[in-house]
Amino acid sequence: MSTDGPAATAVPHNDPMELEHHTADETHPATDAPATAQPQRPAHQGHSVRLEGLRAFYGEAEQVRGISLEFPANQVTAIIGPSGCGKSTMIRCVNRMHEEIPGAHAKGKVLLDDVDLYDPAVDVVAVRRAIGMVFQKPNPFPTMSIFDNVAAGLRLTSRRRENLSHKVESALRSASLWDEVKDRLSSPGAGLSGGQQQRLCIARSLAVDPEVLLMDEPCSALDPIATLKIEELIDQLKQRVTIVIVTHNMQQAARVADRTAFMLSGALVEVGPTQEIFTTPGDLRTEEYVTGKFG
Amino acid sequence: MSGHGQAQRQLQRFAPSRARQRSDRLARGFILAATVIALIPLVLILYYLLSKGLSSWSPSFFTTDPTGNTFFAKASIGGIKSAILGTIEIVALASAISIPAGIGVAVWLVEYGGERLAAHLVRFFVDVLTGVPSIVFGLFIYIALIVGTGSSYAGYKGSLALSLLMLPVVIRSAEVVLQLVPGALREAALALGAPRWRVIFSVVLPTALPGMVTGVLLAIARAAGETAPLLFTAAATFKTDFNLGQFMNSLPVQIYNDVTSPTTSVVNRAWGAALTLVTMILILNLLARLVSRRSRLA
Repeated sequence: MSTDGPAATAVPHNDPMELEHHTADETHPATDAPATAQPQRPAHQGHSVRLEGLRAFYGEAEQVRGISLEFPANQVTAIIGPSGCGKSTMIRCVNRMHEEIPGAHAKGKVLLDDVDLYDPAVDVVAVRRAIGMVFQKPNPFPTMSIFDNVAAGLRLTSRRRENLSHKVESALRSASLWDEVKDRLSSPGAGLSGGQQQRLCIARSLAVDPEVLLMDEPCSALDPIATLKIEELIDQLKQRVTIVIVTHNMQQAARVADRTAFMLSGALVEVGPTQEIFTTPGDLRTEEYVTGKFG
Repeated sequence: MSGHGQAQRQLQRFAPSRARQRSDRLARGFILAATVIALIPLVLILYYLLSKGLSSWSPSFFTTDPTGNTFFAKASIGGIKSAILGTIEIVALASAISIPAGIGVAVWLVEYGGERLAAHLVRFFVDVLTGVPSIVFGLFIYIALIVGTGSSYAGYKGSLALSLLMLPVVIRSAEVVLQLVPGALREAALALGAPRWRVIFSVVLPTALPGMVTGVLLAIARAAGETAPLLFTAAATFKTDFNLGQFMNSLPVQIYNDVTSPTTSVVNRAWGAALTLVTMILILNLLARLVSRRSRLA
């Protein structure tokens, strides 16, 4: 698999902004508004993701067994399920991070709006620019300052660098971290607390202006107060990105998600509005899981 | 009082047995003896170096070239300036060749090679190369670049021999450090939409840098002390020369030549040169330690 080189030029939608223009009745195509724009931008036409018969493998072992599921635009979709059910594997297929693991591959379709991200003409690097990811353990770059961590996405992807400091500030504000770090932007990112580091990672993802944000158990390494902050943040962020969050914590799913999907043994059992999944699930297994009878 | 007696009896349950105390003393004694035996030659080497070498150290020892005059007791034999500068020049060029190449191989092994057959082959050959005696590298350059081309000895040919010697050391040490870089950092950068080469240059290499510096400095220290690869590649000379295309003196070769001389003052110069070489390598090692202490990976 080539992640760079000549393949990059053969890509139809190298610029995520360009993808955006293809969506119907776009009233404000100029999403790269002046840098003075407030981080809380008015909700624009969002982006949805649809999985069609997605299967994921580690070598021969099939970990995700044919999932079809939609993540609607500007909504938070929570993925719940017991450990090892393939939740993380599934969302790692959405931005094609799954294939970075030696021997791993995926089959089926992942459609961002109407583009199949697994189409051979699609550059995997461009996919990841459009779909950001926040990992379970906060992973700021240890050699970089707070500022550089947030700017890393912009620098690593060689995009236009004007207004770098504006973009960094805007991303840090969006991640509710600005007030805590504005006086020490040049100190190392690894010196922050766990919760701050995770918000730094969220800011880093937001700085490149993704259309979809995948969160793989973003709070599992955090204390309750830091968790609360991230959850509040998720609620604000859905104005501008579509969010998919994998969580082990069912209260968290109930608090943040508009829709919830329940997975078991690599298959999707049920998906629906969060309220319904937790109160009147259609499947007995879902009911047993959400009421704590197993898992 | 009876409560106290009971506590005493309870304590005895946890008292060490005689047999174990004995075997403990025996093991400690053995380890201590082994340590002392290992330290004796080390201390002796340092002692001899200092006692014999320091007496020949003087300002002119470092600032004059050897004169080649070793038969007339009254005449000056000169210092080791050309050997010090020659060693620095030869090793600098060898480093300039082997460090980028070695780190490149290590990056390929860790970031691209993985468990592929080609990667295993490269690792195997690097291991073989590590075990090759240093004189074989000298012999290889001698056959290939001196006998083969019918040309003469030159400093850069010595550098090439040393760079072959350094290469496996650099590769192996850099590979180990690159493997220590957490995969989560690579994932974080890839997930931002960075192409792999940017991930390597902007995230992986900076994170691994302090550890790689340590390995590189150790490789340099090793090369700086080698005589065999230089004997019939760079040869020996008296004068200082900054042209790597000419014969070039070096500390190990100077020591080798001086120590076989029948003249006492020249043998003493060998000790002085040896002490100089050890001091230079010591400084390099201290630098390596200083850098690795600041390593975030250690």
